[in-house]
Amino acid sequence: MKDGDATKTVDGKDVHPTPHLDQLEDGPWPSFVTGLKRLRDEGTDSNRRIMNDLLGQLNHSYEKRLGFWKGGTVSVFGYGGGIIPRFSEVASQFPESKEFHTLRVMPPAGYHYDTEILRKFCDIWEEHGSGLIAFHGQSGDIMFQGTDTEGTQKAFDALNEIGFDLGGAGPALRTAMSCVGHARCEQSCYDEVRAHRTIINSLLDEMHRPSLPYKFKFKFSGCANDCVNAIHRADFAVIGTWRDEIKINQDEVKKHIDKVGRKYMIDTVVNMCPTRAISLNDDDTLEIDNPSCVRCMHCINVMTKALSPGDDRGISIMIGGKRSLKIGDLMGIMVVPFMKLETDEDFEKLEEFAENVVEFFADNALEHERVGETIDRIGLPAFLEALEIEPDPNMVNHPRTSCYVRTDDFDDEADKWFERKARDAGLQISAE
Amino acid sequence: MTEAATPRMPDEVGVPDPFPYMHPIMKKNYGNWDWHDRPRPGVLHHVAKSGDEIWTVRAGTQRQMDVFTIRKLCDIGDEYADGHIRFTTRSNIEYMVDDEAKVAPLIEKLQAEGFPVGGTGASVSMVSHTQGWLHCDIPGTDASGVVKGLMDLLHDEFVQEKMPNRVRITTSCCQINCGGQGDIAVNVQYTKPPKINHDLVANVCERPAVVARCPVAAIRPAMVNGKPSLEVDEKKCVCCGACYPPCPPMQINGDDSTKIAIWVGGKHSNARSKPTFHKLAVANLPNNAPHWPEVKDVVGKIINAYKKDAKHWERMGEWIERIGWNRFFDMTGLAFTKHHLDTWTGARKTMNMSAHIHF
Repeated sequence: MKDGDATKTVDGKDVHPTPHLDQLEDGPWPSFVTGLKRLRDEGTDSNRRIMNDLLGQLNHSYEKRLGFWKGGTVSVFGYGGGIIPRFSEVASQFPESKEFHTLRVMPPAGYHYDTEILRKFCDIWEEHGSGLIAFHGQSGDIMFQGTDTEGTQKAFDALNEIGFDLGGAGPALRTAMSCVGHARCEQSCYDEVRAHRTIINSLLDEMHRPSLPYKFKFKFSGCANDCVNAIHRADFAVIGTWRDEIKINQDEVKKHIDKVGRKYMIDTVVNMCPTRAISLNDDDTLEIDNPSCVRCMHCINVMTKALSPGDDRGISIMIGGKRSLKIGDLMGIMVVPFMKLETDEDFEKLEEFAENVVEFFADNALEHERVGETIDRIGLPAFLEALEIEPDPNMVNHPRTSCYVRTDDFDDEADKWFERKARDAGLQISAE
Repeated sequence: MTEAATPRMPDEVGVPDPFPYMHPIMKKNYGNWDWHDRPRPGVLHHVAKSGDEIWTVRAGTQRQMDVFTIRKLCDIGDEYADGHIRFTTRSNIEYMVDDEAKVAPLIEKLQAEGFPVGGTGASVSMVSHTQGWLHCDIPGTDASGVVKGLMDLLHDEFVQEKMPNRVRITTSCCQINCGGQGDIAVNVQYTKPPKINHDLVANVCERPAVVARCPVAAIRPAMVNGKPSLEVDEKKCVCCGACYPPCPPMQINGDDSTKIAIWVGGKHSNARSKPTFHKLAVANLPNNAPHWPEVKDVVGKIINAYKKDAKHWERMGEWIERIGWNRFFDMTGLAFTKHHLDTWTGARKTMNMSAHIHF
């Protein structure tokens, strides 16, 4: 039913007219307004009351072109974070939605659900909230939107009973994201679910009792396609990669060329390789200069049957991605170019490294500073030293161009490099 | 002491284990997939090393979903799919099925219920978006409304794969930009310094923290009308709104002064070129709810120029890098102004320090 119908009431109160929102019900894309109205018209009694006023306030925002929510402090017993409190500044006009808090709830790693659990979410949120759920927020949480302080606790208790936990908010470890990865993608280079759960579940205290200088985010992508946008958006990005050769199925290469033609194949694969590492032989076999390949994924994306990542797989770790506040956008910097991630020991090593980075952040960042900004402030060498990581050419686009640096210990540093190279080559260097 | 008086302590379960919810074929072949293809837009077909196959049907949702919509999606999942669902990073829903014969009826049902099937490959996928007027405490605009308008406009490009490469659009309701980087980003851009309610500052704001929050050191403590408050050096102020969250009496939003800027060429993936940030295309578009026609017009122009001119597999930013910015501004009919010249830290590295020129 369209608004403006004067005969329509919710719980004895007239339905707020929503002329602005009504215009967002047409068109081919699913309309959130239609959904909100359905809660108002067909929801439980409490959903109907909340949604009538919520729609009224939202229409008011459309009319005034201003928002009317303010924050506050709401939490559940035992936790300090995970709730986004919202109090209406126009509660006298729209009293039933005067408190409209959101519970941020961590989804299963990789966003897998079955219909049974989604129906349980609906039942819980219909009873204790507004009936409005978002899959998912930009941090990766399921957002149960719209309840009062009392409903916050009840909804959390019910969700917690079925195995779900609050995510992060405020200056704390935030909810992480991982791509579909191992569950369905042949390009996945490590067990994203295990990495995601290992790290976050070892640091839960930093999520539930916020005490960090500012937010800290982890994201897990199985390859350099980075489907969860980790490099831009995560303080700690884990990206799958490999160090041996790309696997080529030459029969499938020929089939691909038969299908798309040589010119198209050269234009879209050979010429688009960022390091000119691919050439097509006269007999339509493909040749890859693997030491020049940067594992960008492009050719594998185009020829999904012919090419695949190598077998010696692992991860890269990039630190410091974030959005604009305060010093401007930053992408993560390559800090660990390669690490194996297969055995229990490998995962323990990753967990320990993650804990060390978070500890470094807690100890060294200024208030409201992201770790990328800390690195900018102190310089990457100081960060590496604190984390006991050796400098590596993969960390830079090119070496420094500025001469403003003191280099009297250059030889000592060079010795470390040669020792490390020798060690990597399997040679024993005496302590002398 | 009654039992009811004892609050329930949380069970700190952390990130839930996804395996109990995962499709059995995905569980069985975890980490052992071989290749994939896309039989049609909106459908992925993955083949495991074991020979097992799984088909995924992807559909758009409104992200902000009422329980009726979620239950409808569950009903579809139970009747036409195998009861297992996942969501993508861009809020598309995915149904996995173990039999190709289930794909067509599932698509038909989703379409009949108003959920567009698509968002795969070289399509315009769902706009990643923020909360806006519906729930945020600092928004300059709505999110769901802008997204609804854009996706209505781009519906055809969602359900087919006819773009040069994938197009990722984002929206953000303030300059914090929770929506992130995109091939096209539709973001609030404030145009006026904050309007300060000096009666409230002392009681509401932790003044040193607000001073510290300003990226250009334009805020300083001041006594105004005998009350401790804050003042803004309006010549220095870049109107970013960073002071507003810690100090709501420094109102950054205005019904006319909150504008929309559109940015282009952001890219998350490392495929071909390294990841990039988006760059300013146009600013000062009106925040014209509920249809944002000026925004839609610009997005449409950019999409059309890219679709017409880019080579297969070139993302928006890669296309512009090839054709040059002057041709981008020509093809889209947008103006290049002094505001496109970066003035922030590192700006010099964004300038052309070569004799390379596009004509």
